[in-house]
Amino acid sequence: MTKWAMIADLRRCVGCQTCTAACRHANVTPPGVQWRRVLDMEVGEYPEVKRVFVPVGCMHCDDPPCMHVCPSTATKKRADGIVTIDYDLCIGCGYCAVACPYQARYKSDADTLRPNVATKCTFCAERVDAGLAQGLKPGVDHEATPACVNSCIAQALHFGDVEDAHSNISQLLAENQHFRMHEELGTGPRFYYLWDKAR
Amino acid sequence: MSFGPKAWIQQHWDARAALNFMLGGTGSGLMVAAALAYPDSRAPILLSLVLVATGLGAVWLEIGKKLRAINVFFNPFTSWMTREAFAAVLLFALGGAALVQPQWFLPAAAAAALVFVWCQGRILRASTGIPAWRAPQVGLLIVSTALAEGAGLALLFATTPLLLTWFGLALVLRAIAWTRYATAVRSSALEAPGKLLLQIGTVAALALAFAGYWVPAAAPLAGLAAIATGLWLKFALVTRASVNQGFALPRLPVRGVR
Repeated sequence: MTKWAMIADLRRCVGCQTCTAACRHANVTPPGVQWRRVLDMEVGEYPEVKRVFVPVGCMHCDDPPCMHVCPSTATKKRADGIVTIDYDLCIGCGYCAVACPYQARYKSDADTLRPNVATKCTFCAERVDAGLAQGLKPGVDHEATPACVNSCIAQALHFGDVEDAHSNISQLLAENQHFRMHEELGTGPRFYYLWDKAR
Repeated sequence: MSFGPKAWIQQHWDARAALNFMLGGTGSGLMVAAALAYPDSRAPILLSLVLVATGLGAVWLEIGKKLRAINVFFNPFTSWMTREAFAAVLLFALGGAALVQPQWFLPAAAAAALVFVWCQGRILRASTGIPAWRAPQVGLLIVSTALAEGAGLALLFATTPLLLTWFGLALVLRAIAWTRYATAVRSSALEAPGKLLLQIGTVAALALAFAGYWVPAAAPLAGLAAIATGLWLKFALVTRASVNQGFALPRLPVRGVR
């Protein structure tokens, strides 16, 4: 069974925000709404200070708290793991936004396409589906790959089927040490961060 | 020391959502107190329903798609917000019936009020993104504050020994629930409201309630002290202590090896 996942290689991300711009362009998000964000974090104390750029967004969790709390069933999880929002069902109560431990959800009255309802990264599900319909491979063929991954100038972002042992991201996960954010909360995020080569 | 996007107070639920927890809790607690102390009186029942309705009305003003509010009933299987909505329907049905025939329906309405406020506690508990809300101790805190504030409000109607005793028990339960919660969750935003809850809303209120056995005029003051401190605590819990999870890196990238 296919399970789409994303990887951010923290060693390669340069914080250029091209992914953020590409996402906004592809998904027509309003000002202040960034489904794909890149955090600029400074860690440590002088002289041992590191600057880290961290792409964040919806983690498309295995056990998404946003879906469980949603009173309208607008938030659903597809068989391939992508967490979706039905904008015609959502009442914009914001419960999903306070349930998400990744601050990935937005609600904006300036959103002309989806006003006053919950929105978030969709893993560019329409692109993935359209690409699959054409026989393309998401994560490999650009036409079937999320906009943020396509645009990454440093090849820090990757997308693919984490259940396929031969996929691009399965190989990256096997070759590198990785973690998932707030894993202790038990949400099972499917957004992996590479931080060192495998030992 | 680390710099970067730090956790911040969530912006999705504001005072309107807080009002639902404040008025809904007090109204529910009043229904329970009315069932115990005023089984034949209709005024507390009516006030209870008005408070709960006002709280729900306030949160309705906050949702983005007001005309779709009916969709809130669609997910009773996992959403505590849906369950709260169903409990509210039950509460209004039984409360309405209790207005006509209090002897028959008031105990059932009080049970529905308890279910309603329990759902409110679980709504916060299920908010995984807010550490101050997802603490397991928050459920008892929400229920106990509702009972104490409702009993305090009931003291404004009349004072009976049974009601004073119930009020005292609810205050003690609330103080225990708060102490358990405050031990588990450290929040600077809740320090002042918590201190007042214990000093004014518990110790002073208990003293006044005790005096109320002999001096009836002291009992309403005790009720007001319990209500004011409890409402402030819940307002702070929803709007000021609601700092989100933030972001964390358990590992830092090792560069120059690939």
